[in-house]
Amino acid sequence: MSTQQGRERLELLQGTLDLLILRTLIFGPQHGQGVARAIEQTSDEELLVEHGALYPALQRLEERGWISAKWGISTNNRKARFYSLTSAGRKQLVKETSRWNRLTAAIGRILEAEEG
Amino acid sequence: MFQRKRKGSDFGAEIEAHIELETIRLRELGLSDEDARTAARQAFGNVTRAQERFYESGRWMWCDHLWQDIRYALRMLRQSPGFTAIAVLTLALGIGATTAIFSVVDATLLHPLPYPQPEQLVSVEDDLPGVGAQDVGMSVPEWQDLQRSGIFDYVSVIGGGDVNLTGWSQPTRIRFLNVAPNYFAMLGVKPQLGRGFNPQDHTPGFTLELLISDGLWKGTFAGDPQILGKSLRLDNDLYHVIGVMPAGYHDPGRTAEERNIELWLASGFAAAPAPPPLRNSRLPQPAIARIKSGLTIAAAQSRLDALVAALQKQFPADYPLQSAWTIRLTPLKENVVGHVRQSLILLLGAVGLVLLIGCVNVANLLLARASARGRELAIRQALGGARTRLIRQLLTESVLLSLLGGMAGLAILFCAKGFLLQIVPDSLPRLNEVSINWPVLLFALVASVAAGAIFGLAPALHAGRLDLIAMLKREGRGSTGSEEQAGTRRVLVVTEFALSLVLMIAAGLLLRSFADLLNVRLGFNPQRVMAVRTWLPVPNDPKTDIYGTAAQEAPLLRELLRRGRTLPGVEEIAIGNLPALPLGHGRNDLIRFPVILEGHETPSDRPPLLDGSIVTPGYFHLLGMTLLRGRLLSESDNEKAPQVAVINEAFARTYWPNENPVGKRLRLPTPGDRSSLSWTTVVGVLADARTESLAESIVPQMYLSLYQRRAKDLAIFVRGRLDTAAIPVELREQVQSVNPELPVFGAQTLNEVLSASLAQRRFSMEMVGLFALTALLLAGLGIYGVISYMVSERRHEIGIRLALGAQSRNILRMVLRQGLALAIAGAAVGLVSALILSHLMAGMLYGVRPADPVTFAGVAALLIGVAVLACYIPARRAIRVDPLVALRHE
Repeated sequence: MSTQQGRERLELLQGTLDLLILRTLIFGPQHGQGVARAIEQTSDEELLVEHGALYPALQRLEERGWISAKWGISTNNRKARFYSLTSAGRKQLVKETSRWNRLTAAIGRILEAEEG
Repeated sequence: MFQRKRKGSDFGAEIEAHIELETIRLRELGLSDEDARTAARQAFGNVTRAQERFYESGRWMWCDHLWQDIRYALRMLRQSPGFTAIAVLTLALGIGATTAIFSVVDATLLHPLPYPQPEQLVSVEDDLPGVGAQDVGMSVPEWQDLQRSGIFDYVSVIGGGDVNLTGWSQPTRIRFLNVAPNYFAMLGVKPQLGRGFNPQDHTPGFTLELLISDGLWKGTFAGDPQILGKSLRLDNDLYHVIGVMPAGYHDPGRTAEERNIELWLASGFAAAPAPPPLRNSRLPQPAIARIKSGLTIAAAQSRLDALVAALQKQFPADYPLQSAWTIRLTPLKENVVGHVRQSLILLLGAVGLVLLIGCVNVANLLLARASARGRELAIRQALGGARTRLIRQLLTESVLLSLLGGMAGLAILFCAKGFLLQIVPDSLPRLNEVSINWPVLLFALVASVAAGAIFGLAPALHAGRLDLIAMLKREGRGSTGSEEQAGTRRVLVVTEFALSLVLMIAAGLLLRSFADLLNVRLGFNPQRVMAVRTWLPVPNDPKTDIYGTAAQEAPLLRELLRRGRTLPGVEEIAIGNLPALPLGHGRNDLIRFPVILEGHETPSDRPPLLDGSIVTPGYFHLLGMTLLRGRLLSESDNEKAPQVAVINEAFARTYWPNENPVGKRLRLPTPGDRSSLSWTTVVGVLADARTESLAESIVPQMYLSLYQRRAKDLAIFVRGRLDTAAIPVELREQVQSVNPELPVFGAQTLNEVLSASLAQRRFSMEMVGLFALTALLLAGLGIYGVISYMVSERRHEIGIRLALGAQSRNILRMVLRQGLALAIAGAAVGLVSALILSHLMAGMLYGVRPADPVTFAGVAALLIGVAVLACYIPARRAIRVDPLVALRHE
């Protein structure tokens, strides 16, 4: 609880975890804990990644061939399983990103229209 | 992308690694070691849930489930070894027997003949449907017409025969095939050593070249690598070996004798010993042809019909319109295996029914067990086991069971293979090609899985419809099984009875046919008669033939008769040619005479060919044949006396209806000079005898004197109180002391010959009978199981009835009535099915109609009798129920 720093964090929307994982991996291979940290940090600690849900998601992406995995050594010298983006994953990321952008734009328009 | 499944342990390790990394991170933020670890775990959430999600996401889950199901099923099967053993054994026998029969069907009916482009090979038969004659043989000019017709690549004539191989240890008689020189080119086979005959060779008589079989080469000639060019003396002529056929090569033939040839000679069939190449002189030998590639058999047949019509116009004297001459092409394979198709399909059907009945039995057992396992299934379902999962698990169990059965069946089959092949009559075509190969194994696998699915379905579906609450409640009270299950089991028993009845009726009809055949009026007496065979050489040059004429042969015959009569036990002795051996000769052994009757010089309205035997006068008395008119042949009918013949009733009926044939004359080829005809007088008429076939109608026969007409393929007949082991040896000594060059072989009692002629029928009958008995046993066990179960279910009720004063007789009747109702329902369904099916086997019956009321009634009565017996045991148990015990038990 000490990590929560008093502020209530946002739960991830259904289906967005895959997109975030793919996006995170674009910077290079990363292990699961690294991915979780990256998402949390990049979102300025706004998003909460449930660690338990992360690994089945990684497994699912791996089975679809969007990411590949290899055991390696972390920067602090621990064994960890490193994931990296495949070319299929790269394409998927582009597709998902544009879909996400269209979705948020559409929702944004609706919300703004109501306000206005 | 095919990816190996990632193990759960790997996933676990990853989670551990994550928590480790997270702990380190938190420690760096200043938390104590312990706090950091706890926080990391908390942040992760439920580790087990993550692992479950990982597991469920795996596409290999079903595989895991299957493995689980299999392990569980194996455990269940191990837990009830009695049930497992019975079920596996039932299925093993069913699947093993079905696979065995299938392997025979596969080799004979399903596989093409082992020659290149076998579909182009046809058998060529001349028919004269106008006078009711089939396969009368082709004449040499016709043969040449066909070869020039452009319809065929090759047309080959094939004759069989025996020949004496001398100069190598004992004189041996060898089965040879004399073929047209194009024979091997037509089949498309090449020798393993040397060359075949040159298909372009045109020779009137025999070429002095021969090919030998692999067996003869490796056996008699010890695999001599220098065999090519060596000379062999066959019937006093020197032939030289030009080739050795490959091991495993077999000629196309119906019987083992026709297939297992050891020598091949080439002949043009246009010079001695063949008849002169005239259009009306038909060769007894069959013809095989290869139609031009690209031509279908139907197309070839229609072109052939046109050719026949043209020839008929061109030679009206040789082809009278009334005889309606046709040449018929049939696929060679049909010719080789066609006559056994019906028996084999019947056998496969019968054994399939046995397997089906076995399945029904196992389904019954499984249902009984399923009701005992109802509680287990209900609890599993109550705990959240999905129905589909339960059904799948039950089906896995049953398929596993039947796969085990299939494996056991194959194991039995492998062990018993040699024995099984021995009980198959060796007249079955292509027997040497029967093997347990991939298609057969595949069949066994499919049969097993199908069997498992069939008998597993009923219990599995019941499990799927389980009423949880009712089941758990009832389970609390000791009673087992639902009403619905009991209903299904009754339906299964009725099915079983119906199937068994069909099988038993098939067996009954075959049995009756066989009995009728055994009791048929033979017209001759085979008891205490033995025959041995010898073969007089036929040299190619008639001048060197020491037995060239009847006059030259007569001293040998008289000497053999004189010596034979002195042997211990011999009361009578006679000699005849091979066609005179009743039921013991093949089609190729017959001698066919053209029939030209005095007064009807062109017999256009009667079959123009006639089978004849050549015998010494003692033959008729020795075989106990009955003379109806005139006289028999006598010792004075010798080469100097006028030619005479004795005929059978069928001959008289066919050629001289409503006339006294004694004294009538017919023209036959002159002995010793086949190109001219001379008069032969009929001196007597014999009662018809079934010397050609037990089942088929009696054909016209003629008996000529061996003193007037020579024969080379001799059978020596002896009657008396014979020592069947000693007589062949003694006769061999006597024959070879007269002429040491003569082989003596083929010793058989006439009863053995008779029995061999029925081998295939006996085999079908015995197999179907065996299957029917198995079916009866299984059906009996099935009804026993259902009634026993019913009795044990109703113990309580029976106890109360007895306590209230019911007579044990009434209880007995009540139980028996239940069983009888099932049996009668089954028998009724079975009778109707059998009525429909038995007509399909009409061709295999003799002297009995397919809807024979005696068989139908008898079999139904037998089946119901077995049912009553099977129900009586549990019924006895029912009346011995002690009311007190039954009530207290509750």
